[in-house]
This record gives sequence, C-alpha cells and structure tokens, in this order.
Amino acid sequence: MSGQSFRIRDRGRIDRQKPVRFRFDGTTYGGYEGDTLASALLANGVHLVGRSFKYHRPRGILGAGSEEPNALIQLGAGNRTEPNLRATQIEIFDGLQAESQNRWPCLKYDIGAINSVFHRLLPSGFYYKTFMWPASLWMTYEHVIRNAAGLGKAPEDRDPDRYEKMHAHADVLIVGGGPAGLAAALAASKTGARVILMEETADWGGALLSESDSSVAGKEPARWAAETVAELEAMPEVTLVKRCTVTGYYDHNYLTALERVSDHLGAAPEHTPRQRLWKIRAKRVVLATGALERPLVFSDNDRPGVMLSSAVRTYINRYGVLPGRKVVIFTNNDDAYRTALAIEEAHGKVVAIVDARRDVRGELADAVSDKGITVYENSGIVSVQGRNKVAGVEVMELAPDGSSALGTVKALECDLVAMSGGWNPTVHLFSQAKGKLAWNDELAAFVPGTASQALASAGACNGTFALAEVLKEGMKLGAEAAREAGFKGRAPAAPKSSEPEQGALRPLWIAPGKAKLGRKGKHFVDFQNDVTAADVKLAAREGYRSVEHLKRYTTTGMGTDQGKTSNVNALAILSDTLAAEIPATGTTTFRPPYTPATIGAYTGRNVGKLFEPVRKTRIDEWARAHGAKFEHVGQWMRAWYFPKPGETFRQAIDREVKAVRDSVGILDASTLGKIDIQGPDAAEFLNRIYTNAWLKLGVGRCRYGLMLKEDGMVMDDGVTTRIGENHFHMTTTTGGAANVLSWLEEWHQTEWPHLKVFFTSVTEQWSVVAVNGPKSRALLEKLCSGIDFSAEAFPFMSMKDGTVAGIPAKIYRISFTGELSFEVNVPARHGLALWEALMEAGKEFDITPYGTETMHVLRAEKGFIIVGQETDGTVTPLDLGMDWIVSKQKPDFIGKRSLERASMAAEDRKQLVGLLTEDPNVVLPEGGHVVEHLKPQPPMDMLGHVTSSYYSPNCGRSIAMALIKGGHKRHGETLHVPLEDKLVKVTVTEPRFFDLEGKRIDG
Amino acid sequence: MLQIPCPWCGPRDDNEFHYGGEAHIARPVKASELSDAEWAEYLFLKQNPKGPFTERWSHSAGCRRWFNVVRNTATDEIIEIYPMGELPKSPQGIKAYETNWRRESAAQKNAKAGASDK
Repeated sequence: MSGQSFRIRDRGRIDRQKPVRFRFDGTTYGGYEGDTLASALLANGVHLVGRSFKYHRPRGILGAGSEEPNALIQLGAGNRTEPNLRATQIEIFDGLQAESQNRWPCLKYDIGAINSVFHRLLPSGFYYKTFMWPASLWMTYEHVIRNAAGLGKAPEDRDPDRYEKMHAHADVLIVGGGPAGLAAALAASKTGARVILMEETADWGGALLSESDSSVAGKEPARWAAETVAELEAMPEVTLVKRCTVTGYYDHNYLTALERVSDHLGAAPEHTPRQRLWKIRAKRVVLATGALERPLVFSDNDRPGVMLSSAVRTYINRYGVLPGRKVVIFTNNDDAYRTALAIEEAHGKVVAIVDARRDVRGELADAVSDKGITVYENSGIVSVQGRNKVAGVEVMELAPDGSSALGTVKALECDLVAMSGGWNPTVHLFSQAKGKLAWNDELAAFVPGTASQALASAGACNGTFALAEVLKEGMKLGAEAAREAGFKGRAPAAPKSSEPEQGALRPLWIAPGKAKLGRKGKHFVDFQNDVTAADVKLAAREGYRSVEHLKRYTTTGMGTDQGKTSNVNALAILSDTLAAEIPATGTTTFRPPYTPATIGAYTGRNVGKLFEPVRKTRIDEWARAHGAKFEHVGQWMRAWYFPKPGETFRQAIDREVKAVRDSVGILDASTLGKIDIQGPDAAEFLNRIYTNAWLKLGVGRCRYGLMLKEDGMVMDDGVTTRIGENHFHMTTTTGGAANVLSWLEEWHQTEWPHLKVFFTSVTEQWSVVAVNGPKSRALLEKLCSGIDFSAEAFPFMSMKDGTVAGIPAKIYRISFTGELSFEVNVPARHGLALWEALMEAGKEFDITPYGTETMHVLRAEKGFIIVGQETDGTVTPLDLGMDWIVSKQKPDFIGKRSLERASMAAEDRKQLVGLLTEDPNVVLPEGGHVVEHLKPQPPMDMLGHVTSSYYSPNCGRSIAMALIKGGHKRHGETLHVPLEDKLVKVTVTEPRFFDLEGKRIDG
Repeated sequence: MLQIPCPWCGPRDDNEFHYGGEAHIARPVKASELSDAEWAEYLFLKQNPKGPFTERWSHSAGCRRWFNVVRNTATDEIIEIYPMGELPKSPQGIKAYETNWRRESAAQKNAKAGASDK
C-alpha cells in the first residue's frame, strides 16, 4: 500500500478519521471516506486508469463528475460486477475492488495500442468503409472488432441485488443541489409547496464545494449550503434526495431519477435496495443542473495528467488532493485563473498559464500576477510530452486567426495540465423536455431558449454564472414555480455573496499544433470514442454535414458519456469546416438517460415470482397434488396433462384422450372467459357483435358465436347462453377474455350508446368443470336430483339450473369434444368440492381427469378451431369453412361489409384443411410449411402452414390441420412438408377426422 | 408519460389508458351501398396530423369509460376532453374536427344522420 503523497493536509471534505482501503487492478491503496475512486487514486498519484476505445491510448482522469469520458471502471466481481462506471462518481468503501477496462494484457503494456501506430488506417467511418463486403463475413468482423473495442464486461448470471421503484408527486421538483437549486428549494418550500430536491453527488452544494475564494451570507459557501439543507430538512413538505441523478425528462413533467441508495456502502443493509428508480410527476420543475467545462482541443490533449481545470479545483477543495505538483494551465477564460490560485494555495506550483486571449485584465489576472505566475498570452499548447503521464508541454504563440502557431517554441516541464475551454450549460434535461436551445455568443455555448414544458432553468444551466446572480435567480424561479403550482409567496432576498469577478472568454475550438492537423499528435474531441478534430473535418469533407450524420459516422458523442464534454467542440469544428454558424449547425438530440442507468432499477421488484401475476383456478391445488404438469395460458396456469407414474407425455395423452371417448373425463375449464350481459337490448347487441342470429334464441338455449373485427377477420369465438329474456352468459377463449370485454365496451360506449346493455366480467365468479364422454350423463345423474338428463329433456345446446352434489349449479350441455358433454358451473368457491365429488362418483366409470393437451387433441379430432391457433387475424369464417355461421339475412353485423369485398371470396386465399401424413405415425410439427413443388433446397413456394397437429389415438394415426392456399379445392391432393431432417408427404382432407356423422353428441 | 385527465377519475398516467385512434369516424349504416374504396375510407384511412387532433381514449385500467380528447400531436398538450357522442368545443378542436377530410367522405355521409360520430 503506497502512501497518499498527493493529499493536501488542510483541505477537502473527506473524513480523515475514517481511512478506507481499496484495490485497483490488484494493488491495494488507501483513501478516506468521502473520496471518490478518482480522488483516492489521484491522492496516490495514479493517473493512468484506462485505455481508449479505438486506439487503446493510455488515458487518465479528465473530470470530477458524471461527465467523465475516460476513467471507466469495472467494479466488483461475480454477478455483482458492473462495467463502465465512472471513477469520478464511485464512492470508495473498505474492500472496494475496481479494475480498469479495455486493456490486455495490462494497463501499462496494452497490445491494442498498436492501433495507434496504424491510426492512418482508422479514419472516421472506418468500420463502414472497411468491413462492408462480403456481407456474410460481417459476423466474423464483428466478433473481432467487439473483442478489440469492447468496454467493460457484463455479469454472466442473475443480478443478486434488489432494486426498487418509487412514485412521487411534487408541486416543485428541483434538479440539482448546487447554489441555484438550494436557493430555489428554499424559496419554493417557504410557500408550503411540496418540494423534491435531487442532487447527483453525495453532498449538497454543487460548485460551492469546489471553491475556496467565495462566500455566501458571509460564510464559507459549503457552510451556507449545509445550513440551508438543515433548514430544508426541517420542513415537512420537502424531500431531499442525494446520490440521485435525474436521468429523464418525459411528457407532461414526468421525470425519472436513479438514486444510488447503497452503492457507496459496498453491500446493501438489510431491507435496503441497492438502487431506487424514482418516477416523479411534478407540477413545475426547476432545473439547476449546473454546467460542464469544455476541454480544449490541442495536440495530444488526452495524455493522463491533462485534466479539466474545474476538476483540478474540485479535487483540491472538495477532496483534499493536489492532482499535480507542477501545473501548466491552458485556458481561454478567467475561470482557470481561480484554479491557478487554488493550486498555489495548496502549495502546488503553477509553471505557467497559457491563455489564448490577449490583454487579460481584471481581479483574477492581478491576483495571478501578484503570485508571480507566468502568463503566456495569445498562446497555446502545441504538444504534450509523456505517454502514460504528462511530463511537459510546448507552447507557441497563436496566429491572429488562431489557425496556426507561430514563433519560438517554449518547452515547459510539468506533471499536470489543467485546461478550460469555457462552459457548457447542462441543458440535457431541458432538451429532453423538447425545449429549444439558443446560442449565446458571449458564453460561446448553447443555453435554454423556449421551453416546451412547465419548467424553468436557474443558475449555470441557464447560462447564469456569477454567484450572486445564481442565488438571485434560484430564489426567484423557485418562488415563481411554487406560485405557478398554486401557492402564494414571494421570493426571499438572496443572501449576499462574493467571488472573484470574471472577464470574457475567447472561443478557441482547435488549438493549432506544430504540424498540420492530423499529421503529428492527435487533437481529441471525443475522448471516449477516440474522435479527433481531423476525423470531424474529414467527415465534413466527405459530406457528413448534418450533426446527426456526423455523430453516427464518426461516433462522436456516442458511448456511455454521450458526448458531455465533446459535443459542442465537435459541432463547432464541424461548423467551422462548413463555414456555417454554430446555431445553424445545431445539436444532436439529447435523449434519456442523462447517465447510464442499471437495467435492474427499471425492472425493480418485477423479477422472479413478481414478474407477472399468476392466475390459478380453485382446482389448481388438486391438480398439483395429483402430479399434473402445467402450462401457461396468458396469465393462467392450466393443468396440461396428468401423467401416471412412469408414463411418458405421449402415453399420458393417449390414455386421457381415449378415456374421454370410451367412458368419461373431466377438465377444469374455469379459465374460460365469462361475461355476464344484461339489459333489454342485450340480444340486439349480440346480434350486431356476432355473425349469426341471436334475436330469437330461446331462454335456456345456448348458441355458438363467432366474432369478427370490422375487417372481416375472426377475432374470438365462444358459446353464449340466454339465461333470461334480457340476460346472457357469454364465454370467450381463455386468452381473449379481457379483449372481448373491452371490445364489447368499445362498441357499446362509442357506437351504440343508446342500446341498454351492461357487461360484467364473471370469469372468476364461476368454477367450471367440463364433464365429457359417453358416461357423463350417468355420472351427473348420480350427483343431481331434480334434473332430467335425457336427450329429449336436456337437449344439446341448452342450459339447466340445478344442484350438483348439493352445490347450486348451472349446467350447460355444450361440447368441445363432440362427445356427450356437460359443463357444470358452480360459484367459484365450490370448484374444488365439485371436482372432488365428480372424481369420487366417477370411480365406477373409471373417470379420468384430463388437461389442456387432451382437450386440444379431442377438439382437433372433430375439427373444432382454436382462435389464435387456426386463426391469426388474417382468417375469415369462409376461410375456415364456417360459412354456415355467417348470417345472410341480418342487415348488419361487425365485419359484414368487409366480407362482401370481392377479394374475400378469392379462391387462392389460405383456407383450413386437414392433412394426413403418408406414414400415420409421423406427427407434423405445428408451423411446418406446406409446399406443392419440391425443390432441392429452400426457398420453395409455400402454400401455407400447419396450424394444429397431434397423434390421435382414436383415429389410430396422426392428424393435422393447416391453412393452405386454395385449400378447399385441394382435398385429395398430395402435398409436402419439408422438414429439417426429412420430407413428409401429406394428403389434403377436410379438417375433420373422427365421428364425421356427429353421432356421439347424444351419448 | 402523458398525464390524461379522465373525466371520471381525474388526472392519471397514460399507462392506465388505451388509445382508440381517431375520433368521430361514424360507422356507415348502409355499408352495402358503398364501394370497396369508400368502405376503406371508414375502415382503413386514418388521419395523422401534426397539431390538434380529435382522438379517443379509454381509461382501460380504471373506470373503463371511453371519451374524446383533443391533443396536439406535436407537443402532446391535451387541449380538451369531452364525452363520447359530443363534438369538441375548443377552437382548436372545432378546427381539427371541421377540417378533417372525413367530414366529406362517402363513408361518413352514409352514416346515420346525427350518428354518434364515435
């Protein structure tokens, strides 16, 4: 463990009483609680933390916050490992394990760095230009490229951590806990408004924590921040959340935020999630997201030890770390002078300030001059020495237009370069909210223009940088937001503040090098994606003139940082190359999330058993106890089959299928959709919804109905029973129940509101047992008294009330098997009792419980369709050969006019047929393609596909249904189903295979 | 996520709602008199304007009631909500309704006079 030799004795907000040990790339280091991984590494003199994406160049820490493009870290191990985390955001804890990324075999000697030597071969659009052909090899290229260019590694197994979601409503949501955000929160909360204030870092105060040369209300700024937070915390309607990044700004002031609840603790304490996803609906939003410093684009500006000037100040004042002892500052504005002074105060040495401007005057220039710091005006850094760490720079004068360097070369020795190219207001959320940006010439940056949602921008994110103005704006907009949310109150006076006054900047988009751009050294624009100024210019010359195209062609602004430090520089260089104004060039679209978010947080608790609700019938318990295998049908769990010990799937199904036709079987049909329909116009309504006639259906009688969509395609089917003059009981498919109810409601509410009819879902009010087979009558007679089950008294398609095993029941004589069949409906809670009574009474008939698979085989033997299996939204009743159910007399029903279209009668439509395989033991796979003319290999002209296919023990052979072109006229034809391993010859038949005369229905 | 003011339940997140597409497409009552092309005007052709649009929503995970909305498709601003069977009252809604080509379509004219204009 090496010492923290770059630690400053008397500065920083770290807790020196709480030392922390952590590992980076296998070496143990020391830091303190309150450090980020970046600050702790810098305290130990570690700058080299990663390799770049394309050229594998050594990279160091650039920034101090979430904008960091370089210092991407793989954190933790095993299933908890997480890639691409920014070292500048990771709070260290005892035992933290971090690894650098994108290097092999190790960070210092990386083989991929060879790319850097061949950089001429890797221009912008390299992948597009090189790996275009042959297309079939792309998979190989991709594999190699991904290995060479990958960022971190994803964990391979389930994430063991717990995540939560939180829904919140706010009168005023304030994003950012810096001076503007704190002021806004104070002003808004004093009106009594419900305020939520969110801050990305672990501490309140934002930029205030990085300064030592300013004061607020006569206090150190950090102290004012702490006192303000204490005041806010005492207010009941204020919620303060830190370590929380507001990541997305969506419609109607809906925002998402990711709170890192326990990432800084190593392991989450009990009952605490790792992260929490906030979903917030706010009446008003105040954005106080600050600003991000721009790098300067100069030759080899990516060497470890080249940092943002503001980051250097943050490391000194917030973390008590001096990132370098001999510092050269390169700037085009006054702010970096504050850094110079902070370095000197921390006993570092500022070798020189290299300033792109001339005649720099003002308070800060004077202070620097008092310290005896050399300032090179109208100058730029033309080269950087050192590979894994800055060792020195060369400085030259700038030509009047800034495009080239002149005069003598001054060589300066240093171990750190602090650069400042000006500031970009953090307008990401403003833009996500569809706000329009405006270019501000004075700041040379985009600022919020016209907002499209109920929001305001305060402080640096609004282009307001002077502390006094920031505080005033925060107070004003905070109070205003509360008033707009319906509260009363005026903005409190802003506290008095002081800070050094700053002059104007001089935009410098590319600092010239000694040679022509792109020849010697690299001017990086986008550090994370290794995009240089020369790349941007090349892309522009090649015609990529739109920023959106530039982004995709050069990859600038992509990756995990989404160009936070690079975008404005890139588009300024593009504009310059095109000789266009920057605002005319525009920006790329800002999209959520602001920083990468863990997918786990979006999933929250919706994993495993909580992923989706599971619906179970009352008989589920019995089926489980009796060894049933289950299948999912929508959200329902349905018993699939009931294997006896030692039975295979096929043996169990064959046994169940035969038992139903030979004696009696029972099926739990409780999941069928059931809708109670009442009202004087119920019959008229059904008449319009179904294709067949309903007005004259007698009370106590059932009818099968087919529902179409208005385009004439089959939507659902089921049996509906007239229970009373104005009362119907509709059944739907299991999966279609909710849709059908919505469908009925839609037509009733939107088209025929004058019809007096009401719909109620009663699916879960009834338990249903389908009793099927020649012995079903005998079985029910044993359990029921007072019901005449004779075929004459209780005909097919009728319903009777009565009791079964003493339970009040509605018994429907309907059949989905073609057998004598009764569907017994009892109040749901009696489902299990009914089932057990049937099983007991059925012993003498060797009663067989069966599941959905047997149900499918039985119905297929009879050629009954299943909506969604024989149909797919492109199938009409005519295609199914079900013309008989489509009324010719009714003036109207949904879908009627569409069925009259000529194309609906076309002979080559796909129509439902039966298929019999040449070898009766071959069971076709469902979905198998049916062809007429075989070719040696695919593609072959497809006639259609197999929709249902089973082995039918009652037919003693396999049976299948298929939708094939012109099928109705193909009966008797021989067709083929080519499979992966064989060809199956099939004969087309009508889609019915058993009991063709329908004799079994009466038992 | 939009926040939609359900006339019965108040403002709710849009994931409680089901979108019903363009409003005021009256269903032809003598559909057999329409040519296939005219029937298609009713069945398939939908407006997709940039700006105020009359559309239908159903509070499917709430009260299950349908209602009409005038929404600006460019900004997602909800300008007006009004019951099924009624016409918009806001100037933007009235304009969106009246300037819709459908008002002159054969399918619309085939609908019962004074039909609900769903």
